[in-house]
Amino acid sequence: MSAPELTRRTAAELAALVASGETSAVEVTRAHLDRVAAVDTTADGGPGVHAFLHVAAEEALAAAAEVDAQRAAGERLGPLAGVPLALKDVITTADMPTTAGSRILEGWRPPYDATVARALRAAGLVILGKTNLDEFAMGSSTENSAFGPTRNPWDLTRIPGGSGGGSAAALASFQAPLAIGTDTGGSIRQPAAVTGTVGVKPTYGGVSRYGLIACASSLDQAGPCARNVLDTALLHSVIAGHDPLDSTSIDQPVPDVVGAARRGADGDLSGLRVGVVKELGGEGYQPGVEARFHEAVELLGKLGADVVEVSCPHFEYALPAYYLILPSEVSSNLARFDAMRYGLRVGDDGTRSAEEVMTMTRGAGFGAEAKRRIILGTYALSSGYYDAYYGQAQKVRTLVARDFAAAFEQVDVLVSPTTPTTAFPLGEKVDDPLAMYKNDLCTIPSNLAGNASASFPCGLADEDGLPVGLHVMAPVLGDDRLYRVGAAVEQALVAEWGGPLLDQAPAWETS
Amino acid sequence: MPTITTLPSFDAAINRFDPVMGMEVHVELGTTTKMFCGCSTEFGAEPNAQVCPTCLGLPGSLPVVNRVAVESAIRIGLALNCRIAEHCRFARKNYFYPDMPKNFQVSQYDEPIAFDGWTDVTVDTDDGARVFRIGIERAHMEEDTGKSLHVGGATGRIHGASHSLLDYNRAGIPLIEIVTKPIEVPPALAPAVARAYVTELRELIRALGVSEARMELGQMRCDANVSLKPTGASSFGTRTETKNVNSLRSVERAVTYEIRRQAAALDSGTAIVQETRHWHEDTGETTAGRVKEEAEDYRYFPEPDLVPVAPARDWVEQLRGTLPEPPAARRSRLQAEWGFTDLEMRDVVNAGAVGLVEETIAAGADAAGAKKWWLGVVARTANERGAGIDEVGITPADVARVQTLIGEGTLNDKLARQVVEGVLAGEGSPDEVVTARGLAIVSDDAALGTAVDGAIAAMPDVAEKIRGGNMGAVGALIGAVMKATGGQADAKRVRELIVERLSG
Repeated sequence: MSAPELTRRTAAELAALVASGETSAVEVTRAHLDRVAAVDTTADGGPGVHAFLHVAAEEALAAAAEVDAQRAAGERLGPLAGVPLALKDVITTADMPTTAGSRILEGWRPPYDATVARALRAAGLVILGKTNLDEFAMGSSTENSAFGPTRNPWDLTRIPGGSGGGSAAALASFQAPLAIGTDTGGSIRQPAAVTGTVGVKPTYGGVSRYGLIACASSLDQAGPCARNVLDTALLHSVIAGHDPLDSTSIDQPVPDVVGAARRGADGDLSGLRVGVVKELGGEGYQPGVEARFHEAVELLGKLGADVVEVSCPHFEYALPAYYLILPSEVSSNLARFDAMRYGLRVGDDGTRSAEEVMTMTRGAGFGAEAKRRIILGTYALSSGYYDAYYGQAQKVRTLVARDFAAAFEQVDVLVSPTTPTTAFPLGEKVDDPLAMYKNDLCTIPSNLAGNASASFPCGLADEDGLPVGLHVMAPVLGDDRLYRVGAAVEQALVAEWGGPLLDQAPAWETS
Repeated sequence: MPTITTLPSFDAAINRFDPVMGMEVHVELGTTTKMFCGCSTEFGAEPNAQVCPTCLGLPGSLPVVNRVAVESAIRIGLALNCRIAEHCRFARKNYFYPDMPKNFQVSQYDEPIAFDGWTDVTVDTDDGARVFRIGIERAHMEEDTGKSLHVGGATGRIHGASHSLLDYNRAGIPLIEIVTKPIEVPPALAPAVARAYVTELRELIRALGVSEARMELGQMRCDANVSLKPTGASSFGTRTETKNVNSLRSVERAVTYEIRRQAAALDSGTAIVQETRHWHEDTGETTAGRVKEEAEDYRYFPEPDLVPVAPARDWVEQLRGTLPEPPAARRSRLQAEWGFTDLEMRDVVNAGAVGLVEETIAAGADAAGAKKWWLGVVARTANERGAGIDEVGITPADVARVQTLIGEGTLNDKLARQVVEGVLAGEGSPDEVVTARGLAIVSDDAALGTAVDGAIAAMPDVAEKIRGGNMGAVGALIGAVMKATGGQADAKRVRELIVERLSG
């Protein structure tokens, strides 16, 4: 099988090919490594996708060889064994650097694997390398990476979303069939939407955070990313489950996401109650995004769902509340980067005090957005301001969760566009943080409430031909509902399009 | 800052001012693992040998609460008659310091696990023993920091140091901080009450078995808050917090000193600065800590990496069932068992020797003998060394062994004292000291006979009296023999030998 052909396959197909011996895990891995070499940076010095911060070719081939050896020994392989994966560089790996996209951690090699990384390795997945992100997962464009932006494979002059732009771009440019993202305010779903891929933010506590370098602890959630719904579900089931090392991890059975994805592919949503969130749409939403979203809602009805409009009145306060809670936690979580134990150290010439070295290191090591949020959070938690900012924000958080609870008494899932706009040009919003923050209007409520949400491709906007995402929200531990809806929509749209949406992406690469 | 060279006497100070105290005591729990990870808590390991991603605060690591630590905290709370929270959260206390791996300490802020309790302490007064009820504001859980070793400075403090070494073995060890309500007692008794409180608390912690509470190892650390107000006034004055007052005796001395120092300042019209102060064991003084330009803002907020602790009520009641006898009840019981007078028992209590005497008796000694050693030579040595009586190198088993050796006739009181001194000097166990110093009683007739004959020869007139039936004179000869044998002769046998020789 030719290498280009292998990189176009789904993860489920690749695993089947490896399991049957039609190809080897090493061959699959090599094909993807070749693809990375071809498109991630271009030979002529022109801009590549730049999805990866670190490519671990040697380790990946060794892991693949291990899978092949297991197969040769007659061992039963997991459903994704031998499939390559791109890991967001905010998840610790003992055999690769982990930077969180920050200068302050450049070159740091963690002494331990995150629980997610361990689960992936145990399932025989092959980690190709670490993908780019906004520094400490703070951003919506990957432009806040200390190591340069990632580009959107649909249009290399545009952003791939953020913070998990590297993972999404790796999928959309066929460098990997699977990826892991983390979602604090939309960092899995927004990149999925703007790259025409699938991204799921599981229920908070559904996937272990042990080894996920914290942005905001109460909001962060790792999740699966892929090019289709079934692959996403298969990956979800590999990484989900209770972890005794994470106190906030849920000690309950993982919802049957794979079963739901398979059933959903039958295209029958009869009996499903869908709520369209009234507050997430209208002014500020790109017409092409709204058009595709409304078609998707119509499609849900055609597939048998009962669609109603639902009001979530407190969602409009979600964004400001989020931008108080998140920086507060960030200001504390990022305090440990002080040059004393690991990472960057600046100014330690033997004449300066520890405090001076800390200050110089943090000044040099953090980018503008990280500093902005540390300052905001420090302020919000300060004595005399705590009640007015952090305290009030927590109340809003409770109200948002109540809106969800009330809505889920009426409907099984809620829907909205994933993002107000399609991918915007690189550089367009770097100097306008508020405009950047507004990208996450639709995705943030689920982080505040901790419920499960996902983005599925639902077409291209007429005005720019760029992907639009359908955002589906389910209750806490209702992750399986996302997959049922996503798979049903996917099979209908792929039939309509005559193939996956990514087939319509421009062929920008040279051979 | 001007130093005050002459302080009023304590009596003069309390003549004009009423002290108000508040004690904050940190207790390192004796759990086998740390507060939020599985690392060992054993004391004395190589620096940074007992660390993991979590207690080093590495990126991505997460805490998990130690159930035994929570259990210990609840038991301490119950023993202090506190209410136990039905639901409480941990909080982050944010500040930068190199020995804090995360630059925040996981502690509890407005939701302590235990609150609103009390404990009774007894102090001696001229009018006999008086009992004071100390209110307990709260007891909460937190993690310890690492240790900094500042190298190159004169005093081991950071000022003047050329560099610092960090040891994170202690980082994450579970601590319980116990905070009293303001303590207002008759001014003259304030230092003694402070000491009695810490003594009582230590006894309680040990009885609970949650920590050895050895102050010299930092397992129990005391911060003493003191303020003064004019006699009879109702509103409190500005307080100072004297940190790390780490022996019972120092607690009393530090409080006394602060009362005198603050009185001197107030007398001279100088305002008391709200500050932390360092206690100096050697000079018996406190000095100002780093002057802070502004109040420290720790930006406490609920620790998002942990879920709330919600101890089930039946668990709490089950733990209540494991509480040891309250120290006061225990003291009454032991006094009766031991047959001590009130005065004798008070001496034992004041010496902080109740548990030691009890253990010594359990190891085979009689009550009077046990008390004699602990309150005698051991207490004197401890006093000389400025240490606790349990901190001078002799154990209850050692004391019981000495008593046994006396009972067996191997030692007499004088030799036994030398043995105890040998043990206190670090020469080994009682048996080792007896051997090394050659202290056993000589009851061998051949050796004693020679000494007896020598004494008779040296004191013919005394011998003559005895021959004449004046048995009262035997003592003089025994004394001479004891002198000749360095006190090691078996006095009973010596008497027999003398009588044998002079009555024939």
